Amino acid sequence: MQDLSPEIWTAVRLTIELAALTTAILLVVGTPVAWWLARSQAWWKEAVAAVVALPLVLPPTVLGFYLLVALGPDGPGGALASLWGARTLAFTFEGLVIGSVVYSLPFVVQPIRNAFEAMGERPMEVAATLRASPLRAFFTVALPLARPGFLTGAVLGFAHTVGEFGVVLMIGGNIPGETRVLSVAIYDFVETLRWREANMLAAGMVVFAFVVILAMMLAEKRMRRAGR
Amino acid sequence: MTAANGIAAAFSGRLGGFALEAEFTVPGRGITALFGPSGCGKTSILRCIAGLQRLDGSCRVGGEAWQDGRTFLPPHRRAVGYVFQEASLFPHLTVRGNLLYAARGKPPVAGPGTIGFDETVGLLGLAGLLERAPAKLSGGERQRVAVGRALLSQPRLLLMDEPLSALDRETRDEILPFLEKLHETLAIPVLYVTHDIAEVERLADHLVLLRAGKVVASGPLGDIQSDIDLPLARQRDAAVSLDAVVVGHDAAYGLLDLDVDGGRFLVPGSPELEAGTHLRLRIGAGDVSITLQEPRSTSILNVLPARIVSSRALGEREMVLLLALGREGDGANLLARVTKRSWDQLKLADGLPVFAQIKSAALASR
Repeated sequence: MQDLSPEIWTAVRLTIELAALTTAILLVVGTPVAWWLARSQAWWKEAVAAVVALPLVLPPTVLGFYLLVALGPDGPGGALASLWGARTLAFTFEGLVIGSVVYSLPFVVQPIRNAFEAMGERPMEVAATLRASPLRAFFTVALPLARPGFLTGAVLGFAHTVGEFGVVLMIGGNIPGETRVLSVAIYDFVETLRWREANMLAAGMVVFAFVVILAMMLAEKRMRRAGR
Repeated sequence: MTAANGIAAAFSGRLGGFALEAEFTVPGRGITALFGPSGCGKTSILRCIAGLQRLDGSCRVGGEAWQDGRTFLPPHRRAVGYVFQEASLFPHLTVRGNLLYAARGKPPVAGPGTIGFDETVGLLGLAGLLERAPAKLSGGERQRVAVGRALLSQPRLLLMDEPLSALDRETRDEILPFLEKLHETLAIPVLYVTHDIAEVERLADHLVLLRAGKVVASGPLGDIQSDIDLPLARQRDAAVSLDAVVVGHDAAYGLLDLDVDGGRFLVPGSPELEAGTHLRLRIGAGDVSITLQEPRSTSILNVLPARIVSSRALGEREMVLLLALGREGDGANLLARVTKRSWDQLKLADGLPVFAQIKSAALASR
């Protein structure tokens, strides 16, 4: 293991940081969106749902292109960056986080929305007749009942962020320690004919993906047996 | 009846296929049954009272406006207890967690106006279940927990939406005694939705009769049961529920001696019932026949003097009679169903003194 170059470790750490931060933001942002999609009677809610789901279908390069425009000096990202004296959010870690949040949004929102819908209206009605305000009912009833959906959403959001490539390449480029995440590093190693390193990273990703999916399935099974 | 502690409700609006247009008042004590066929709007009325559904109208409970032209209290600001058809316990909480949800985990201590935790657990027989998960309970146990949970929200009005209909017959019979016990101990009014007349006969003190979103009649149970112009008295299984007081017990034959307004009854019953105990007697219209002379030798236990108050034809061949017990006809009301032929042959008429032969009288409760 000693011969693992520091550049590999840097890429691994950066990837985990990016995925963890993205997942945390997605859980906070995605939960109200999922709740609204599950409960709203608005006729245009499916249009919103379709927008949220767009990253599932769009080529990452298309998404990456528009994100690049948005994050660049002339877009809202540039305006935001100017608040702390930077010119652009493109090719920065912050820009990568924003891009990842957009890119992985459907993977977090969809399972949570499904969990909220599967729960039905009844538990919230029961809570209301037991004097719980809507907010208290949400935190003490809806959230615990939707736990399996949150687990699935968090794991999918994390894993999907770890695996993204096209969007990163478009908006992040390949700056070590800033935007050079695992998937980009693998590509880079292959380009420069460092097959051994590429193989190590690629094999690591296969093991990671396997462990994540297996753990998720086991945890879901246990929750279902314990909860309902 | 719009006493300060009563309930006055009026709702109107379209509901799926029909128009709901229901207005009624309910006294502030005892169990009032909302009775009618499935799909007549009973559940919607209950949901409107709880604030879970919104129709135009008004709702006042114990002098407090929950809904009127300007106000619409959200459900969590209404002091209701709601027992749903399915127990709907929170699956992520234990029985104790469910019971204490409204109290935020702090067991309430019994006091004036407060229903205590230990008392509720005792009343509903939940002591052995407290640490269990709802998934590990039987259907009847779950519904008992749901009733306890609703009571511990300290309601001023308990709403029960067909709490027994999702249960099998055996479980129903296991729960009914708990509900009857509740009836005796509870000071708060209960609105009880059902389409099962047997539950009405056993539990209700008052009755609101509903049909296709409209109130057909409402009033004390006995008045509605014995109103021969209402559909209830004209049904095959029409019956009246009589209040009876235990006077004595004939140990040799295992018969209870019961005092009813206007007469005495002998009914098979347990000797454990002490004198003075109030019971409810169910007497079906089909179990009452009429004779003009007091029979000297008959196997029928209960033959009581009565008067025919009024009568209505039931189709081509039958009549339904409203009787009042007692020689003067000033006692409790009974229904009797006789054939047209008997009516004519005996020359029966309204106001005539007769004898009511009661083939069977069942103890309905308590």
